[in-house]
Amino acid sequence: MSFKIIVLAKQVPDTRNIGKDAMKEDGTVNRAALPAIFNPEDLNALEMALHIKDNIKDATITIITMGPSRAAEIVRESMYRGADNGVVVSDRKVAGSDTLATSYTIAQAVKKLGKFDLVIAGRQAIDGDTAQVGPQTAEKLECPQITYAEEVVMVNENKIQIKRRLENGVEVVESKYPCLITVHGSAKECRSRNAKFLMKFKKAKSNSELQELGQDYSALWNEKPYLKIDEWSAADIMAEDSRLGLTGSPTKVKKIENVVLTQKESKVLTPKDEDINDLMKELISSHILG
Amino acid sequence: MANFFNDNESLKFHLHHDMMKEIVRLKERDYADYGKYDYAPSDFEDALDSYEKTLEIVGEISGNILFENAESVDQDGPTIVDNAVVYAKGTQQNHEALRDAGLYGMSLPREFGGLNFSYVPYVMAAEIVSRGDCGFANIWGLQDCAETIYEYASKEIQDEFLPKINQGFTCSMDLTEPDAGSDLQAVQLKATWDEKSNCWRLNGVKRFITNGDADIKLVLARSEEGTTDGRGLSYFVYDRKHRAVTIRRIENKMGIKGSPTGELVFNNAPAQLVGDRKMGLIKYVMSLMNGARLGVGAQSVGLSEAAYREAFKYAQEREQFGKPVLNFPGVYEMLANMRAKTDASRTLLYETARCIDYYKSYEAISKERKLEPEERQKLKQFQRVADILTPMLKLFTSEYANQITYDAIQVHGGSGFMKDYAVERMYRDARILTIYEGTSQLQVVAAIRGVINGGYIALIKEYEAKQAGPEFSTMKKVLVSMRKRFEEAQERANSFGSNSEFYDFNARRLVEMCGYIIMGHLLVIDANRCSSFTNSAELMIRMGQSKVEEAATFIMNFEEASLAKYKIVSDCKNCEE
Repeated sequence: MSFKIIVLAKQVPDTRNIGKDAMKEDGTVNRAALPAIFNPEDLNALEMALHIKDNIKDATITIITMGPSRAAEIVRESMYRGADNGVVVSDRKVAGSDTLATSYTIAQAVKKLGKFDLVIAGRQAIDGDTAQVGPQTAEKLECPQITYAEEVVMVNENKIQIKRRLENGVEVVESKYPCLITVHGSAKECRSRNAKFLMKFKKAKSNSELQELGQDYSALWNEKPYLKIDEWSAADIMAEDSRLGLTGSPTKVKKIENVVLTQKESKVLTPKDEDINDLMKELISSHILG
Repeated sequence: MANFFNDNESLKFHLHHDMMKEIVRLKERDYADYGKYDYAPSDFEDALDSYEKTLEIVGEISGNILFENAESVDQDGPTIVDNAVVYAKGTQQNHEALRDAGLYGMSLPREFGGLNFSYVPYVMAAEIVSRGDCGFANIWGLQDCAETIYEYASKEIQDEFLPKINQGFTCSMDLTEPDAGSDLQAVQLKATWDEKSNCWRLNGVKRFITNGDADIKLVLARSEEGTTDGRGLSYFVYDRKHRAVTIRRIENKMGIKGSPTGELVFNNAPAQLVGDRKMGLIKYVMSLMNGARLGVGAQSVGLSEAAYREAFKYAQEREQFGKPVLNFPGVYEMLANMRAKTDASRTLLYETARCIDYYKSYEAISKERKLEPEERQKLKQFQRVADILTPMLKLFTSEYANQITYDAIQVHGGSGFMKDYAVERMYRDARILTIYEGTSQLQVVAAIRGVINGGYIALIKEYEAKQAGPEFSTMKKVLVSMRKRFEEAQERANSFGSNSEFYDFNARRLVEMCGYIIMGHLLVIDANRCSSFTNSAELMIRMGQSKVEEAATFIMNFEEASLAKYKIVSDCKNCEE
């Protein structure tokens, strides 16, 4: 019986190079204006999964990503690093999902994959910074969760010990399987792509990618089934439409405000109590502290 | 996110050379591995795409890990703990990154876990690694040893050692001894046959061994008792697991400080013979050495590129007298010449690599089937050119790397002398390049054969016959005049006989004249394909023209009697008493 690891990964707009047109009028992210990248903490999660795979015989890694068809790139990038396969959950119905709808969709996809030992995800994605999808998914899967994981202290077929990075220190916890882990950015960086994996998987494609390219892969998929990236619709994962996408998302964006932080003036303070008191009051009233 | 492949269009230019289609077809035996290995290419386009994507990985690791670690590696260096070499932390990280990316054993056949890359992309990876960290390129580049095992060792030895290369087992080539440096015929480390254990035993000392504590060591040793020259030497492979070698010390070096250079004592170390007895130096080391010289060529080009870029960036940013120093003639001339020398070095590197690619593939094919007469002819033709280009490559690129890093410091002014800037390290790293794997002086000894047997002239005339656009007619005319000037100088040298001291004394001048002409032609050919090389072609030809003139003037005016004036016995007459 092989040890089954599922990694949740997301393709995100590269918010490190953000410009004026990053947001659309309706308050959603303008994905077209930003280059799409592998969410950084999901790469930490993938590395943790690969590390576990290195240490447990016959372990396999499956990637689940949700997004438009181009998100298949996330699956390929993972396979170049050692993941075995992956699936893109793609459906117009899931567009506009908040964390509740997203975690529902992902939990449904995980359930479709059958019995698993570990689900590993990044703590949060740089486009939303909510850190909610991992924990909500664990609840829906009814399994224990370890958040803010930084390092695998010990792992075998029966249990895992994880060092968690908390605000004021670290903590080591242990769990049996199945279990869901969210990984902190301070965990080990993901390894580089491997040349052999890259050459093996570089032609892997999903159905909709092939349609866009106008290519026919049926013969190739017969010969090399590992070149097929599965694509699942809402129906494939037996999802209820009412819980998907905008319909299934109670979160509503009321208003988007552009906050430009500029340095206007400098202040010289003396180390007197009243000066410090005034400063603290100012910082609290301007919501910088508190 | 730096990527030392993607940010360098010249690399893609050389990777897409017309000859690559045939080179890759030969290397891949008409793509016979497709279907047998899931990472084997189906055709040329697929192979080239895999080369590019793999070089992107090399570029990413070199730019983000090697280059970032280079400063701390230079400071920390390796240490000896319990008779084992421990790499600097950064070195270990570099090694693991390249190992995990599957970048060891790049040129080995797939049956041994290799990537079966042809020389051009393999050498390109070496260039990219060297740009990240010149010293680390040694540890990574010693995977060349696998080539020698693959070419000459028995199937048993191949099966034992070669699959380990891709897993990141490191190699070393143990040739030098305290009394055998350039003169390897003087090697004394003793190999004796141990009947009882059915293996060879090695006893003696090796010195200046790069990566001396490697997992797999190729050792040159004297197997024939009573002999004193190269014919008594054989080649052995030693496995570190036997723990029969003592690391006496690691040298405290001027540069490439992350690369451990060890002094080793072999204590009855068990070893296996590679190939045939007595062929150690004559055949195997010579072959390994040619590979190593190509490697130093790649290392030199990578370092030159790195130093040029640092200098160019600084010259744009640094302002004096109200403008960037880049705008002053004294500075921009230096930078333009650095760029031209780097382009010239690189084009010579890949021209050599292509020739090696061709003949090595034909050589390997000849072990599988009988070659057709025209294939045999091609093998010989490319081997001849590779043999004369390899020492020329090593000579020019390593000297240029020194000149370029020297000028890079000059462009930085006082700041360049400080350890705060990377060029200070690069300058120290460059210094070994003209020394190891055969000094520049020894490259001349190897290259002069190409002058004597007419190999260079034949090659130059081939280049002359190549058509180029009308905008290159002046450059081509100058190159022809340079060739004629060389022939005059050669004629004068010949009149003293090619065995004469006159000839030896002027050998470097003769070799270098050919080098300037060849690099000029190669750059014209490149520029004809891509105009971004036109500038470097013009600059190199202008520089080469005056260098050729200088050498010719020297030779034409040189008298045999003048030799005595160069033989200084002692500077001070009083000291002799």
